Amino acid sequence: MGDLAQLVLKRLGYGLLTLLVVSILIFFAVELLPGDVAEAVLGQGATPETVAAMREQLGLDRPAIIRYVEWLGGAVTGDFGISAVSGDPVMQVIGTRFVNTLFLAAYAAVIAVPFAIVLGIIVALLRNSVFDRVANVATLTSISSPEFFLGYILILFLAVKVPLFPAIASLSGDMSFFQLLERTFLPALTLVLVVTAHMMRMTRASIINLLASPYIEMARLKGVPPWKVIVRHALPNAWAPIINVVALNLAYLITGVVLVEVVFVYPGIGQALVDAVSKRDFPVVQAASLIFAGTFILLNLAADIGAILTNPRLRHPK
Amino acid sequence: MTKRDEDLIRRIAQGARTGQISRRDFMNYSAAAGLTVAGATSLWTKQAKAAPSAGGTFRWGIHDGNTGDTHDPGTYVTRTMIFLAHTHRSYLTMINGDGSLGPDLADSWEANETASEWTFEINANASFHSGRPVTGNDVVASFNHHRGDDSTSAAKALLSDVVDITADGNTVTFTLSGGNADLPWLMTDYHFAICPANDDGTIDWRSGDGSGPYQIDTGEFGVQFSLTRHDGWHGEGAWFDNVDIIVLNDPNARQTALVTGDVDAVSQVDVKTMALLERDPNIQVFNVPSAGAITLPMHCDTAPFDNVDVRNALKLSINRDEIIEKILYGAGTKGNDFHHSPAQPYWPDDIPQRDYDPDQARSLLKKAGAEGLTVSLSTADSVSAGAVDMAVLYAEHAKEAGINIEVVREPNDGYYSDVWLKKPFSLVSWGARPTPDVMYTLAYKSDAAWNESRWQNERFNEILLQAKAELDDSLRAEMYREMAMLARDDGGTVIPFFNNFVYGARGNVGTPDALASSWESDGGRAASRWWFTE
Repeated sequence: MGDLAQLVLKRLGYGLLTLLVVSILIFFAVELLPGDVAEAVLGQGATPETVAAMREQLGLDRPAIIRYVEWLGGAVTGDFGISAVSGDPVMQVIGTRFVNTLFLAAYAAVIAVPFAIVLGIIVALLRNSVFDRVANVATLTSISSPEFFLGYILILFLAVKVPLFPAIASLSGDMSFFQLLERTFLPALTLVLVVTAHMMRMTRASIINLLASPYIEMARLKGVPPWKVIVRHALPNAWAPIINVVALNLAYLITGVVLVEVVFVYPGIGQALVDAVSKRDFPVVQAASLIFAGTFILLNLAADIGAILTNPRLRHPK
Repeated sequence: MTKRDEDLIRRIAQGARTGQISRRDFMNYSAAAGLTVAGATSLWTKQAKAAPSAGGTFRWGIHDGNTGDTHDPGTYVTRTMIFLAHTHRSYLTMINGDGSLGPDLADSWEANETASEWTFEINANASFHSGRPVTGNDVVASFNHHRGDDSTSAAKALLSDVVDITADGNTVTFTLSGGNADLPWLMTDYHFAICPANDDGTIDWRSGDGSGPYQIDTGEFGVQFSLTRHDGWHGEGAWFDNVDIIVLNDPNARQTALVTGDVDAVSQVDVKTMALLERDPNIQVFNVPSAGAITLPMHCDTAPFDNVDVRNALKLSINRDEIIEKILYGAGTKGNDFHHSPAQPYWPDDIPQRDYDPDQARSLLKKAGAEGLTVSLSTADSVSAGAVDMAVLYAEHAKEAGINIEVVREPNDGYYSDVWLKKPFSLVSWGARPTPDVMYTLAYKSDAAWNESRWQNERFNEILLQAKAELDDSLRAEMYREMAMLARDDGGTVIPFFNNFVYGARGNVGTPDALASSWESDGGRAASRWWFTE
C-alpha cells in the first residue's frame, strides 16, 4: 500500500500544479474579454468619470500581473478575495451555491449510478434481445438530446400536463429534506437521463468483452447460471473501465449542469459562474473555475485508485 | 359637473370600495351628486370589483437578476433590483397608475418661480424598517451618494445640475444651477431610493434597510428574496402579507411557473407566446404601452449621415408596421422619429405619422446625390429580443428605396462600451424615462455624453433649456411639440417603435384599472398595488 500512498501524493502534487496553470489561464482569459468590471456593472449607464472612479476603488488601474500575483498570494493562504461586484467574500458568494450543486449532483448520482450499472448488467445478460435494443435506444436518445430539451420535455409532461412535480426548483431555507427532494426531482431526473447511457453502455460493453474469455467459458461449462457468471465472474474484472466512466460522469454532474440550472431556476454554482463572467467578476470566476478543476482532478484520482483497488495485479505489482 | 361634485363622487366611490356604504346608499348619494343611474351602476360595479382584500403571499417571478447584484442604489441595473427597490425602499415621488406624478416619501413639493430651487416635505409618518423615522438627513445622504467626485453611481449624470441639497428637519431643499421644472419627476428614477444615513453623511445600503411597504427577511442575490409587510408604511396599499421575489431569467421557466401556479405573477411574458397564454382562462396577460424604445442613431457628423436628406431617406425606408407585427407580435406603439412616447407627459398628438415611403426616400437620395447608398448597421442579439432580425428586416425594406444596409452582428459582450456611441449607425435599446426632458437631455442635447446621434441643432437646444425651466404646462407642451418636429425632421435617429411591457399574473390576482407604464409589473410596484381576489 506504500506505493498507493506515494501515487496519491504524486498525483495531488501534479493536481496543484494543474490548478496553478488553470488559474493563470482563467486570469488572462478574463483579461482578454472586452470591458472590465466597472464597465459591466455600470452597463449602459457608464460615463468616463464613474468608470474611472470605480476602477480606482477596485484597484483595477494597476497592471494585470500585479493583481494576479496579489490574488495568488491570498489564494495560497486560503483567502480567495472579495467579489469585485458585490464586495462580499468570494466564499460567501459561492459557498451555498456550491453546496446546492453538490446536493443536486449527489441526488442524481444516487439514482443514476446504481440504475445505470444494474441496467448495464441486465442488458449484458439479455444482450441482443428486444429489451437490450429498447434500453439502448432509449438511453442513447436521452444522451443525444440537449439537456435543456430533456428538461423542457419533463416539465411539459410531469409538471404541466400532469402536475406531479414543481416546474421550478427554487429553494427556500425552511424546506424539509423531503420537500427539497420533491422540489429538485425534475432537475435530478434530467441529469439522470443525461448520464445514464454512458455508464450503462460501458458496463454492458466491458462485461460482454469479458464473456469471450476462457475462464467465463469454464464457468459456463461447470453449470453456473448466466446471471451468476456475470455478477460473480465477469463484473469483478470489468470494474476498472466502469469506475472510470462513473468518475467522469460524476464530474460532469458537478461542472456541466448550468443549462439544467437555468431551465429549472436552480441556484447552483454554474449560474453563479455565468453571472460572474458576464460581470467580469474575476475573483468569483477564478474560485468557481478552480472548484471545477479541483473536482475533475480529485475524481480522476479517485477513479485511478478505484481501478487499482479492484485489480489485484495492480494492487500487488511485481 | 362642478369640482365639488367630482370630489363628492370620488369620496362616495371610495366608500364603496372600502365597503363603508351599501349599494342602495351608494345609488342615492350618487344621484344626489348628479350622476345618472347608469353611471352610478357602472361606477359601483367597477369599484366593487376593484375592492382589494388583504392577505396572502405574493410570489412574483422577475425576469432579470444576477448573482452580482447588490443593494447599492448607485449600481442598480437588473429588473430584480429595481423592482425590489420599489418594494422595500421608498422614493420621494412616484408615478401613479394613470401616469400622473404622486407622493411617495414626500407629501408635497414646490418650486420657486424659476424652478431652480425645490423643497420637498417628507411624510412625518414614514419610518425605516429598523423603526427609525425617515428625516431630511437620510434624503440628503441618499442623494449625495450619487454626487461628488468619488461617486460610482450610474445616476451621477442625472444630478449634474444640482448644486446643493440641504435638510431642515423634514424639509429638503434642492438648489439647482438652472431651472428644472421636471425635478419632482426625476425623483422617481430607480437609483434615487432613500436609504438610512450614517453619522458621517454616507448611507447604509448594505443592510438592505428601507422605508418601503415590505421589509426583507431573507434574500440571495440573483436567486430570491422573502419580504414581510412593514406595518409602519406611510403609503396606501400593500395588501399582501408576504412577498416572495423569485428570479426567473429563463423565458420558458417563467411561463411554466405562471401556468403551473408556482408563481402568482411574472414581470415579462415572451411576446412570441403571448397569444397562446392569453387563451388560458387562469392567466391574465397585460400589454401596456411604455416609453421604452428602440433607437437607430446615425452620427450626424459622419458621412453619409451628415446630409439631412440621407437621414430622412433612411427614416422613410423602414416599414414600422411590419416590424411591430413581425418582431414584436403587435406589442408596440409606432415611433415617429422623436423620442417622446404617448406614455409620457406633454406628448404632442397632432404630429403627422411618418410612414414607409420608398419612393420619397429614393427622391431624397437623388437630391442628396447619394443614389445606391450603402451603409452598415451595427447590432447584437443582446440589445433586445429580435434585434438582429429587425435589422435584417429593415435592410429588406430599405432595398426598395435603393439603399443597401449591411447588417453587422457585433459581439454581445461590451456592446455598450465598444459599439454604442462609436459606430456611426447602430441599434440601441432605451428604458422608459419619466419625462421628455429627461430623455432629450440625456441623449439629444448637443453636449450630452450620450448624444448618440451627435446631433447639433441650435434651436432644439435653446428650447430644451427653456422648456426645462418653464412651469406653465401649456407653454411647455408647445415647446415639446416644436422639439419633436425638429427631432423628427432634422434629427439623426430612426425610432421604429416604443415597445409595450407584456407581463402576466394568475387569474386570482386583482389589479387597479390603470397600470403604470414606467416599468413592467405596474411600474415595478405590483407588490404594493395588487391583491388577491380569492
